[in-house]
Amino acid sequence: MTDIFSTLQYYFSYPFVWYALIVVLLIALCSSLLGVTLVLKRFSFIGDGLSHVAFGAMAIAAVIGITDKMIIILPVTVLSAILLLRTGKNTKIKGDASIAMISVSALALGYILMNIFPVSSNISADVCGSLFGSTSILKLKIEDVWLCIVLSVIVLAIFVLFYNRIFSVTFDESFSKATGINSDAYNLMIAIITAVIIVLAMNLVGSLLVSALIIFPALSAMRLFKSFKSVTICSAIISVICAAAGIILSILLKTPTGATIVAADIAVFLIFSLASILTSKSK
Amino acid sequence: MSEQIICRNAALGYEDGIVTEDIDFTVNSGDYLCILGENGSGKSTLIKALLGLKPQISGEIKWCGGFSAKDIGYLPQQTPIQRDFPASVNEIVLSGCLSKMGRRPFYKAAEKKLAAENMAQLGISDLAKRCYRELSGGQQQRVLLARALCAASKMLLLDEPMTGLDPHAQSELYEIIAALNAKGTSIIMVSHDITSALKYATHILHISKKQLFFGEKSNYIKSSVCKTFLETEAEND
Repeated sequence: MTDIFSTLQYYFSYPFVWYALIVVLLIALCSSLLGVTLVLKRFSFIGDGLSHVAFGAMAIAAVIGITDKMIIILPVTVLSAILLLRTGKNTKIKGDASIAMISVSALALGYILMNIFPVSSNISADVCGSLFGSTSILKLKIEDVWLCIVLSVIVLAIFVLFYNRIFSVTFDESFSKATGINSDAYNLMIAIITAVIIVLAMNLVGSLLVSALIIFPALSAMRLFKSFKSVTICSAIISVICAAAGIILSILLKTPTGATIVAADIAVFLIFSLASILTSKSK
Repeated sequence: MSEQIICRNAALGYEDGIVTEDIDFTVNSGDYLCILGENGSGKSTLIKALLGLKPQISGEIKWCGGFSAKDIGYLPQQTPIQRDFPASVNEIVLSGCLSKMGRRPFYKAAEKKLAAENMAQLGISDLAKRCYRELSGGQQQRVLLARALCAASKMLLLDEPMTGLDPHAQSELYEIIAALNAKGTSIIMVSHDITSALKYATHILHISKKQLFFGEKSNYIKSSVCKTFLETEAEND
């Protein structure tokens, strides 16, 4: 036991571990809030599709050789989010098919680019890192932390201010439209916030695992809670706790950070599912 | 009796074509108008036009006496998303008040009071904290009706509200709607249940690509449109 504490004490004496923890908790909070809406709107796949687009954009940024990759990744992902929403309405290619199409294309082209123009000698490590999350979470600079704090605060403020309208648009788009709420604008806003969160979270858990961070806390909360407010709050709490637990466990067990956080989310989901089965039987 | 909506010779549809035309009717305050028509006859396009979501291609739709599309309380058809939605009855009914709040982000006491009044009026006060997805179909429709009343109480527009309800819940809902109408709320109901339409409505609008009939119920019963419709219904049964 003292061993565990001394290991943690050792790690947390470094500022970069604190940076990582702050960033992880903020991202977990934002993604879980958004996740409730995305899951309920049946938009879970948009998160998945966008994360692959972000992977492709990152490969392009690496090839071009820009040091600040965000300049390319963020606009490309936001643009794709807008396009995905548009195609969802256009009936030529259905929403889910277009998302699948865009996401695999981005993955394939990104991988090709990384192979043709290798940035480092170890391509598989690069690819693996961007897909499953890398140790780069421990190489965060103070600027990255500030960027993450600023974007998270914006996302949180938007979510709180528009909470009631987001609820209305999520629950019933036709009614919202009829009462003069511009539901298209809200859908667009949700898509853009999703894109921002995905780009932020990608460094942390990798682009393949990002959607887990978004959907699992919401799905777990929905097993047990019955109002939108309680689901949202519970989802946020689950996500933050899982993220903290994941990062500490990954330090102790020397496991990959992103995958460990996702594993914690899966564990909570299973526990909540079991609890929901038990409570419904006892009634 | 004051006019609320006047629709003159309107053609409705999308960029690629007209869905229904020659639509010509008037809704006065206190009316109970039933819109009848087969699937694909343009009923949902007409609803969008009445809600001000889709402008007519030609003709005129006029809202009178300070009445506007926003004064219509709307009860849309249920979507699969809602059946599985974690939301309390209170949250849903309150969301009907949003249209009155301008840019204000949160509910105040006035909205909460309005929501509570409408829940009481529809006899669902005891369900306020219950989860929407655990209610029966009839209860769910009453929740959505309370939400619509929060948005507007002068006129309700109901889009096939009886879909999926058992006969008992249907007649209960019809009685509730009739009671609201008796208190002065104008009702526009889209339906294909002609028997109930003839029982409750004061006016009938029958469309099928174009308007087949508009007028008082007593005239509709004598019309050939009604007879043909009843005959095809009988054949289908």
